[in-house]
Amino acid sequence: MGQQQVKEIILKIIETIAPDADLSDVKSDVRLRDQLDMDSMDFLDIVMELRKRYKVEVPKEDYMQLETLDSCAAYLAPKFEAVAAS
Amino acid sequence: MARDRLDGVRDHYDVIVIGAGLAGMTSANNLAKCGRSVLLLEQHYNFGGMATWFRRKGGHIFDISLHGFPIGMIKSCRKYWTREIADCIVQLKGIVFDNPQFQLKTPFDRADFTRILVERFGIAPETVESFFDTARRMDFYDDQSMTTRELFEKFFPGRSDVVRLLMEPITYANGSTLDDPAITYGIVFSNFMSRGVYIFQGGTDKLIQMMRQEMVRTGVDLRKQVQVERIVVEDGRACGVIANGRRISAGAVLSNANLKTTVEKLVGPEHCPDELLEETRAVRLNNSSCQVYMGIKKGERIDYIGDLLFTSVSDVFDTKAMCARDVTSRTFSMYYPDTRPGSDRYAIVSSTNANWNDWANLSPEDYQRDKAHLIETTLAALEKYVPDIRSKLDHVEASTPVTFHHYTQQMHGSTFGTKFEGLKVSMDLPNHIPGLFHAGSVGIIMSGWLGAINYGVIVANELETYMFEQARTGGHDDTISTTEPMRS
Ligand SMILES: Cc1cc2nc3c(=O)[nH]c(=O)nc-3n(C[C@H](O)[C@H](O)[C@H](O)COP(=O)(O)OP(=O)(O)OC[C@H]3O[C@@H](n4cnc5c(N)ncnc54)[C@H](O)[C@@H]3O)c2cc1C
Repeated sequence: MGQQQVKEIILKIIETIAPDADLSDVKSDVRLRDQLDMDSMDFLDIVMELRKRYKVEVPKEDYMQLETLDSCAAYLAPKFEAVAAS
Repeated sequence: MARDRLDGVRDHYDVIVIGAGLAGMTSANNLAKCGRSVLLLEQHYNFGGMATWFRRKGGHIFDISLHGFPIGMIKSCRKYWTREIADCIVQLKGIVFDNPQFQLKTPFDRADFTRILVERFGIAPETVESFFDTARRMDFYDDQSMTTRELFEKFFPGRSDVVRLLMEPITYANGSTLDDPAITYGIVFSNFMSRGVYIFQGGTDKLIQMMRQEMVRTGVDLRKQVQVERIVVEDGRACGVIANGRRISAGAVLSNANLKTTVEKLVGPEHCPDELLEETRAVRLNNSSCQVYMGIKKGERIDYIGDLLFTSVSDVFDTKAMCARDVTSRTFSMYYPDTRPGSDRYAIVSSTNANWNDWANLSPEDYQRDKAHLIETTLAALEKYVPDIRSKLDHVEASTPVTFHHYTQQMHGSTFGTKFEGLKVSMDLPNHIPGLFHAGSVGIIMSGWLGAINYGVIVANELETYMFEQARTGGHDDTISTTEPMRS
């Protein structure tokens, strides 16, 4: 799975977590927390949705990999591939 | 023969949740939504735990813990429950302070606290700004050695009146004291005192009814009046419970009972690693409460005097005095008819912090005498705000730490579970006993309605991770990563 696709998946998840957030102009390299008023419960929601929808598990020590869309993509793309391959 | 409350219950579930408090229900619902089979067992005849209510003859209905919660509740209810539940949350606009140091009314938000601190208390705007920002930025990962007292001393040296304004509501909201870590104050303060106080319109009964319906929809097997007697631990792993005398097995067990009860009673010392037992025994409980419930006669009305009144006759703010039996501080929650739209009834609930030991060991006569005294002094104090209260009410009764313990089995009737150190023990539990999780009031951040709900989600996520790992490794991997709690 490409990095662009991962970003779209993350944005789709954020849309369900924060339906009122404006996602039209989210910058890939800026912390999501700083752009979208997200707190740590929201990040936990992303982790739970990734597991529920895609069977992708993000261990606690890696939560900070979800800081920006770019870091999400870089970190998650191989994980999506591993799940697809198994 | 008594009805079998476990009729139709299967022999095995993915998860058994012990206790239907807000944390337990939220975990159960969350896990069911993840596709797990979940059995929820509650000993009481209502779901909700401390989030509860009761009815009395004459059409009275009283809420126990619906006095106010932070705005974050809206988001959490929408995400973890339903939009309908979130849509019932409304702001309380009139928060009143009345004590020998000051009298004021505020919507309880940052803008108004700033105005009050600058105009009434003569604090420099930059100091107020910087205090709010410092509190806002505080994070669980910050230094924990600074106490709340030191935090205040740093920003408002010698100003006991300012400390009172900023601290008294928090002490009521979660029993914390000036000796608790500053970060716990900062986190709660930012949640609570920066954007107002909210309640659930429709009353606790409606909320719990809506949650119950949602759990039916998500497929949780709900059972009440079922006492869990033991958590079954085999080969060091939690694998089920014994409830109403019957053994039911499970892939994992999540306890919403008090943390100390969970470890010391439900698991029991014989199945506990020594280290866990020692740590649990060292965890302190929070204080409990007394309440007086006053039901206003049908047809009578009360003028609007504010929604939540923090009153005190004590010269200065003092958390010890706030718990003493000789009560000097009371919070009055005013329930006007719009608390339950469609109703025309009024009720007032007075809450005070209280100590278990002051009430638990009294003779029946002394207990009744002290309760009567509590009611009498409460009415006398309320007359200042509602002068003809005595002629307007036709029902009054009191509850004590013993009452709370009786109905919820919360250890020592603790209003907010354990103190801060309980969080670490709660989070570490699955590392000591794989398959056993705890979600319930532990410390300041993870208690209250919002804290309980959020903690329920955090622990459900831990449990899902565990089940996920179990499935992946076929149950052979017993190392689980420790968790750092989240800032909520
Ligand atoms: C007087 C009072 C006023 C409060 N005011 C507020 C307020 O204004 N705002 C706010 O946010 N919070 C308030 N709170 C606190 C808030 O209500 C609690 O922090 C929260 O409801 C706790 O939820 P919980 O899930 O952690 O535990 P609990 O509500 O204690 O739930 C635990 C449940 O487990 C059940 N249980 C225990 N042991 C067993 C067993 N062995 N078998 C089966 N079931 C078992 C109990 O019956 C109970 O239902 C107040 C509390 C009190 C007492």
